[in-house]
Amino acid sequence: MTAISVKGLTKSYGDLVAVKDATFEVPLGTICGFVGPNGSGKTTTIRMLLSLISPTSGSGEILDEPISHPERYLSQVGAMIEGPAFYPALTGAENLRVIATLGGFPLERIPELLETVGLSGRGDDKYKTYSLGMKQRLGIAAALLPNPKLLILDEPTNGLDPAGIQEIRDLLSKLAKEGVTVFVSSHLLSEIEMISEYLVMLRKGEVIFFGKTEELLHRSRPTIVVKATKASDLKRLKKLVDEVGHPALLEGAELRIDADEKWGAELNELAFENEIVLKQITPVRPTLEETFFTMTEE
Amino acid sequence: MRIFRAEWRKLRRPTLFFGSMGAVVAVTALVVSLLFLLIDSEMGNADRGQRITRDILALPSGISIGFSSSAGLLGIVALCVFAAQTAQEYTYGTLRSLLVREPRRIRLLIGKYLSMGLFAFFTVMFSAITSVLLAFALSGIAKVSTNAWTTSEAWTNLFETFVNVLVSTFGYGTIGMVLGLLLRSPISSISIGVGWLFIVESILSIAWSPSGNWLPGSLLSVVASGGAPIGVTDVPSYSEAFIRVSAMITAAALVTGFMFKRRDVAS
Repeated sequence: MTAISVKGLTKSYGDLVAVKDATFEVPLGTICGFVGPNGSGKTTTIRMLLSLISPTSGSGEILDEPISHPERYLSQVGAMIEGPAFYPALTGAENLRVIATLGGFPLERIPELLETVGLSGRGDDKYKTYSLGMKQRLGIAAALLPNPKLLILDEPTNGLDPAGIQEIRDLLSKLAKEGVTVFVSSHLLSEIEMISEYLVMLRKGEVIFFGKTEELLHRSRPTIVVKATKASDLKRLKKLVDEVGHPALLEGAELRIDADEKWGAELNELAFENEIVLKQITPVRPTLEETFFTMTEE
Repeated sequence: MRIFRAEWRKLRRPTLFFGSMGAVVAVTALVVSLLFLLIDSEMGNADRGQRITRDILALPSGISIGFSSSAGLLGIVALCVFAAQTAQEYTYGTLRSLLVREPRRIRLLIGKYLSMGLFAFFTVMFSAITSVLLAFALSGIAKVSTNAWTTSEAWTNLFETFVNVLVSTFGYGTIGMVLGLLLRSPISSISIGVGWLFIVESILSIAWSPSGNWLPGSLLSVVASGGAPIGVTDVPSYSEAFIRVSAMITAAALVTGFMFKRRDVAS
């Protein structure tokens, strides 16, 4: 059983193809990051998964139910799409009561959820008085109302301060440990890298990667960053490593060599043989952000 | 039922509920007061400068005249509430939250409609109570006999007027909801609805009187009055008006409902 499974999902608006032939799977009980540049089709895909818009073609399943029958799975799905949306004249707690009543969820959970998202003291204040961060927290509380098996969050950390981001990250990790599948889109790739085991990456409406985050990062070319006791030796070292088939780039007092960390010993030996004393050899794996830019650039 | 109760949570908030009921009471009080206090005025004491005399007010139907005269204003309130409550789901972006919790869209609309219908029922009830109490209170000042007002005929008439005003208020509300769904903006739906029903239709009726036989606002005022409003001639009978306006509103509601069911929610 998968939490999300889509095959050939496409959404077109006339000539504009917002999502093209998207195919990916999200296993149960994981945190899956959903990343892509602005306008790459993330929100459109999420809207199709939640049946807010109908796909032009393709199919999908959420919790093993077809997306053409949202009434079969949405009671087990919590979602926050395109930021929080509530009634400004109602209090935070009353807004949650509206959603809970509509979904048939117990109202007793509301104080507990407000506490979970750090709004326990502000539940009786009107929504219109909330800061962006508080609105975001209320949106997450609303998404948690159904006690979901699958949580779909679109940019949940927007407007949150670093402490708030850390709290949300901890909350999502805790939920995943409890067996909740979290499908989260965010432009904060460092956050996604920290919490996501799985990743779906979009570019111009097409899925360019889906799978384990680790797999993606390992797929990217690693580098070894080198510093020499004499900076002038780096130019010579660059020529040497180039000759043995490892392209290198001189950046100030550093030489960045395209090579796996396993080649570090050979590099050290090569430098020693040529009377170059290295003061630092650091293997560097590209971050998700660097990988993302490499994969999504034109 | 869940949808009905969720919608009612929004409608019962004190500023909206008591604000609307307060406005209804105030407007009804104004209409009834003018009816009784201007009874001897040559400028008239009713809609369109009509004169409703002591003899007419002393009839069993006299107790309901003030109430039925308020129907148009109740219609404005219903149109505004139905349109605003529907269109604001688009402007606040809350429609997507509602549809995630209740993806069966037609059910969602029906639940919302019934809840707003209850709200409309309260407006009509508050208006009826205000008009009856004030009619008794002002009858002495206006020297209107109330002997016929306590007969069973008077109460039957009042009940019939209540039903007619309620039906007409539901009609205005439905138009408001249809406009809210089509225009997706509270301000646009209210201004276009009120502007058309109460300004454009009046101009059209004056310019070409037979148009009133087919305009929804004119037909709803015939329904609210249980026939031709006092001082108005050349209008269809109650049953004709009822059938025509019901057909128009039902068709508009069905088309809009179908569009809502199929339309992507992208905002």
